[in-house]
Amino acid sequence: MKLRSELLLRFYRQMTKIRLFEEQVNQLYLSAKMPGLAHLYIGEEAIAVGVCEALRRDDYITSTHRGHGHCLAKGASVDRMFAELLGKEPGYCRGKGGSMHIADQETGNLGANAIVGGSAGIATGAAMSARMRASSQVAVCFFGEGALGQGLLYEVMNMASLWKLPILYVCENNQYNEYTHYRETTAGNVARRPEAFGLETVSIDGQDVGAVHTTALRLVERARQGKGPAFLICDTYRFHGHHVGDINRAYYRPKKEEEEWKRRDPIRLLAGRLKARKLADEKALAGIEEELKREIEAGVEFALNAPYPDPAEVDQHVYA
Amino acid sequence: MKAPAPTTPHATGASREMTFAEAIREALAEEMRRDPTVFIIGEDVAEAGTPFKVLSGLVEEFGTGRVIDSPISEAGIAGLGVGAAMTGMRPVVDIMFGDFVTLIMDQIVNQAAKIHYMSGGKLKVPMVLRTTLGATRRSAAQHSQSLHAWLSHVPGLKVVLPSNPYDAKGLLKSAIRDDNPVVFFEDKMMYQLKGPVPAGDYTIPLGVAEIRRAGKDITLVATSSMVQVALSAADMLDKGGIGAEVIDVRTTAPLDKATIIESAKKTSRAVVLDEGYEGYSVIAEGAFYYLDAPVKRMGARSVPVPFSPVLEDQTVPTPESVVEAAKKLCGKL
Repeated sequence: MKLRSELLLRFYRQMTKIRLFEEQVNQLYLSAKMPGLAHLYIGEEAIAVGVCEALRRDDYITSTHRGHGHCLAKGASVDRMFAELLGKEPGYCRGKGGSMHIADQETGNLGANAIVGGSAGIATGAAMSARMRASSQVAVCFFGEGALGQGLLYEVMNMASLWKLPILYVCENNQYNEYTHYRETTAGNVARRPEAFGLETVSIDGQDVGAVHTTALRLVERARQGKGPAFLICDTYRFHGHHVGDINRAYYRPKKEEEEWKRRDPIRLLAGRLKARKLADEKALAGIEEELKREIEAGVEFALNAPYPDPAEVDQHVYA
Repeated sequence: MKAPAPTTPHATGASREMTFAEAIREALAEEMRRDPTVFIIGEDVAEAGTPFKVLSGLVEEFGTGRVIDSPISEAGIAGLGVGAAMTGMRPVVDIMFGDFVTLIMDQIVNQAAKIHYMSGGKLKVPMVLRTTLGATRRSAAQHSQSLHAWLSHVPGLKVVLPSNPYDAKGLLKSAIRDDNPVVFFEDKMMYQLKGPVPAGDYTIPLGVAEIRRAGKDITLVATSSMVQVALSAADMLDKGGIGAEVIDVRTTAPLDKATIIESAKKTSRAVVLDEGYEGYSVIAEGAFYYLDAPVKRMGARSVPVPFSPVLEDQTVPTPESVVEAAKKLCGKL
């Protein structure tokens, strides 16, 4: 399938926005301006963008502790994201959630989740609800390959398949469960697990946004038509550490491996494709990047200058 | 001494004798008729109507689309309930035995209870989780526990403990209409207990205790199964000349502290009666007469831990706050 040029440029813009956002998050950490830690999505941008661009605004997603990319790809704004990361009042969750719990109802984002695999039930429940309300919405559950170790995932995949729920499970296999290679924790052939439950299962190169998008589009529309859930395995790589503080990584993964994967940077691959097809030249791409840098800078400024929530808010929102 | 007038308004519908199980079923049926977003999911809830036959007949009226038999996957159905509740439905998740809440702890404690708070008040989880408590059914260690105290400990959850058919119907209706996750514990030994239940709609607010019997000498504070025990004990005490006041707590979260405190002030003595394990109150029970001031408990603030430093720093005791509390107890503040 040939993707239209505007669409590829839009992917480039979205992926670059996530990359620049995450680089800025790292800077905020290194300059001690951000409380706590953050888990960067750098290297995996093609998955969030390729999948979310296949969704309607009112379709649901659930995300993970490594979730900034999913939120942005589903339509969150940079300034309110930064505000949440700094615990500020205009943040998406009024500073109560932080990096690992960003939720945005307006864009169908039911929340990032800091329990590995913890949102599998929520996403499947949202799909069930969409079916019951006959809303034709689809739910996408993003998770890393670490979640393959969680029993909940298998419980809900079983029900999704039994009841043909409109859900797409997206497994971002970035090779590492925190600091341990997934081959040391994951027996057998991963794809055979969802296949055993009767899910349509596809394994693809997660660095190729075109492949991610065309596959996601097919699986999402299939689910929307009531043909049942699907499982998309995207091979990818976490360019940075498990979190921003994970800097010395040699004890669990070789530098050479990192270098090899960086040659398959999803943004550079897409840029190459755009140039080869003469859809954009170096200058045009640099122009997009400059524009996004200004957006990121303005977002950080906004967040740094934003007020903290009123301390009295600590007792608010415990109960609806 | 007769029970005082109830603190919550009585229903107007004609009253019938009904079992506790029938009252639960009637509440569910009425709510499902009233609100199309209410549905039931659980193991053997449809044709089987649960092993206790509490739900018999519901699938015939509402169909398998709203009374859904699930696999034996407690965590999975609890998770589905959370997701469905967040997106416009009002699920009633059936967890057959209270002992199985161990299997759903992440979904109820880390997800359902915290989502409203973590999202800064944007997302809601209007879900009811019905389950059971109570021993003496000869079901042994894994089918007899009363674990409501665990869940009452979690900010963001409401915990309901009805003690009779009338309350079961009115409290369940309130639980279903509540916008928060509510865990509804039913004493499985009480399912065949009969009592008056009004026809038609009425609700009992969550967080209002009921004085079941007035007395001046001692307060018996009881939950769920222990309310009947307290009432029987009060009868026996009465014959010996001791007037016991019985408070049915009805919900442990929120807890109607005012009613309990008022009663204790009046009677000046109290027994707390609950089928869960009791393990604390060490000083209050062991050294009360040596105290010059009430024990002050300090712990985490009753909120999920917020991210923002200006909020988080208020949630744990500090040396300064301990000093302040201690000085107050010593009369030096």
